[in-house]
Amino acid sequence: MATAQPGLWKRHEIFEKNSIILLIGALIVVAIGGLVEITPLFYLKSTVEAVEGVRPYTPLELAGRNIYIREGCYLCHSQMVRPMRDEIERYGHFSLAAESMYDHPFQWGSKRTGPDLARVGGKYSDQWHREHLIDPRAVVPASIMPAYGFLDRPLDADAIADDLKANRALGVPYTDEMIALARTDLKAQLDPDGSGAAELQRRYPGATIRDFGGDKTKAAEIDALIAYLQVLGTMVDFKIYEDKKNLR
Amino acid sequence: MAAAPVPKHMTEGEVGLGLTLLVGALLCGLASARAVDAPFGIHMNLFALAGLAGIAGILKRYEGRPALAPPQEIDGRPNYNLGPVKFASIAAMAWGIAGFLVGCIIAFQLWAPALNLGLEYTGFGRLRPLHTSAVIFAFGGNVLIGTSLYVVQRTCRARLAGDLAPWFVVLGYNLFIVIAGTGYLMGVTQSKEYAEPEWYADLWLTIVWITYLVVFLATLWKRNEPHIFVANWFYLAFIVTIAMLHVVNNLALPVTVFGSKSYPIFAGVQDALIQWWYGHNAVGFFLTAGFLAIMYYFVPKRAERPIYSYRLSIIHFWALIFMYIWAGPHHLHYTALPDWAQTLGMTFSIMLWMPSWGGMINGLMTLSGAWDKLRTDPVLRFMVVSLAFYGMATFEGPMMSIKAVNALSHYTDWTIGHVHSGALGWVAYISFGALYCLVPWLWNRREVYSLKLVEWHFWISTLGIVLYITSMWVAGIMQGLMWRAYNALGFLEYSFVETVEAMQPYYLVRALGGVLFLIGALIMAYNLAMTIAGKTSAASEPLVDTLPGSAGLAPAE
Repeated sequence: MATAQPGLWKRHEIFEKNSIILLIGALIVVAIGGLVEITPLFYLKSTVEAVEGVRPYTPLELAGRNIYIREGCYLCHSQMVRPMRDEIERYGHFSLAAESMYDHPFQWGSKRTGPDLARVGGKYSDQWHREHLIDPRAVVPASIMPAYGFLDRPLDADAIADDLKANRALGVPYTDEMIALARTDLKAQLDPDGSGAAELQRRYPGATIRDFGGDKTKAAEIDALIAYLQVLGTMVDFKIYEDKKNLR
Repeated sequence: MAAAPVPKHMTEGEVGLGLTLLVGALLCGLASARAVDAPFGIHMNLFALAGLAGIAGILKRYEGRPALAPPQEIDGRPNYNLGPVKFASIAAMAWGIAGFLVGCIIAFQLWAPALNLGLEYTGFGRLRPLHTSAVIFAFGGNVLIGTSLYVVQRTCRARLAGDLAPWFVVLGYNLFIVIAGTGYLMGVTQSKEYAEPEWYADLWLTIVWITYLVVFLATLWKRNEPHIFVANWFYLAFIVTIAMLHVVNNLALPVTVFGSKSYPIFAGVQDALIQWWYGHNAVGFFLTAGFLAIMYYFVPKRAERPIYSYRLSIIHFWALIFMYIWAGPHHLHYTALPDWAQTLGMTFSIMLWMPSWGGMINGLMTLSGAWDKLRTDPVLRFMVVSLAFYGMATFEGPMMSIKAVNALSHYTDWTIGHVHSGALGWVAYISFGALYCLVPWLWNRREVYSLKLVEWHFWISTLGIVLYITSMWVAGIMQGLMWRAYNALGFLEYSFVETVEAMQPYYLVRALGGVLFLIGALIMAYNLAMTIAGKTSAASEPLVDTLPGSAGLAPAE
């Protein structure tokens, strides 16, 4: 019996005879690790680099991102290039923390059944993406990606302003103007000749404005998803990146 | 029965829960009418229906029950409440088969992508969370809840606390599983691995989980034993830590309270570390601490030997729960997570090897003096082999957390192989062992229907595991090496898709291994169903009314 244990071991009885002390003891012990590792990330300035170019997603990109999440793309595609020679040569500059600082939730992923997508933006044409999403094996015969033919259905994003609002409440710098004009901006990004294009460009510098899905008559889910894929990894211009800037 | 009949009244609990369910069902009905997306509407209707079913269940139970509450003791022996345990055991078996089946389907999808069928509901991206949640939370969770509610009663020698509360826990938890699973198929996910369910499902689980904690604690308070048995330390740590992890990692802001979509409050690097702090400790506390509790009760019970070392159980308990929490950053090696956090996570991951093996040694050495039973008792063999797999996986894990190794293994199928040596070999095997013990105990059978079928289950599923993990080792390491291979001219040797092509035969072997594991589980389900039905294959042996081990276990010894 435990009661026969001598010395120090006997002191452990306090946990064995008192469920609340055991509960509190366990809770304290399991809380320490998380507190020490996680809380500094919120106040150490070096955690997220200061870089230029990272902006909130346009309404269309955000809607596309939500489709990316809905379909579980993150289960097979990472968005995190590691600082290794082969990865940098295969995918591009290693990923910076700043590049996902507006990502609620993060999409770094944990598995590469397919390639990393952190810098896929601009690598392929919209048409390639369209054909690839609808029938991956039509463009990459050995691909094992599911076909997403159903993505040509209309995009349901009438309430996209609410999504922007929620993101702003969590710290993403959407302005009142961006929220008020979210639906207009969503449509405007698909129409480079339209009247809203310049305004969208002003609100979201560097945003790509074109008919991603290839069907001018409608805003489809595939439009939004391709808009999101095409912006991935393109916000920071690494040609002007000063790595000295982050020494502090 | 000569005494005057006691007038029957509804208890405060019955009325209170009934009214709460009624209000809840009405609110959910209203929410479904105003839903902004179809899945949310369906889920609110499901919640409302479940609430009404709960009310019907309470009324039906009231109709059939005696006027007095069930006695705490009968003839000086505790009157154990086994109904919720029985339900959880059957649910575990059913969910297990569903989860293994979906696992096989997605394994074949990676081998032959046409099997995705091009439908939105059947693609890999939606089925994969269904598989992981079904096996971890539905199968594993029901095993944990069922065994914990059994073990806490037996080792405290007290009837489970609460009247309706244990049923609320078991049924409410399974409702959460249904909401989560149907949500994935409809594309409702917050994309945090192993924490995919959206905000309303998370809120529901929080309510259920706190009730679970209260039922467990209140049963400990009723105990007729001076000491809290070691298995209950692990169950308690599992319950309370999962509560902490679940609440923090799922903090999110719904876009509207009438829709399924929410945005997690954390972003980028902080969100990543919180997710893997959660993710790795879902492994550490759901899939390890909880199942170690099962080990601490069922292995000594089945081997009829005391636990090897009381002191080792103290040391490894506190060391395990302290160190596990730090290990999350090893999921983020070489990412944009600050280096100091990665190194800290790696250091603790390596140290974690020791308490893990402390637990394994304590379990294995419990067999000292009874090793011969391995030859004759396939149920005990399941549990011992599970400990061997536990030891193997908890060696492999620390090794893979070393940054230099992780540089190769991360993002590859080696990780998948590692996870499954733990999940199939350790978690599922200790669960199978526990269920093979528990089902005869619960239904008052002397032994399972057929030990020969247990043998078949053991060997078929062991072969399945071996095929699974060896194919994923080879495939994963090959994949990692191909990604970083350079040719003589200094260019990358392989395009990405060439590495995908190279995986195909291994994906087939893995899928076949999974099928063997599923076949084993089907054999088990048949065996347990026959046990419950009271069939016996060894006709010579009479059925005796035996609750296990009249003496119970000595606590913490």
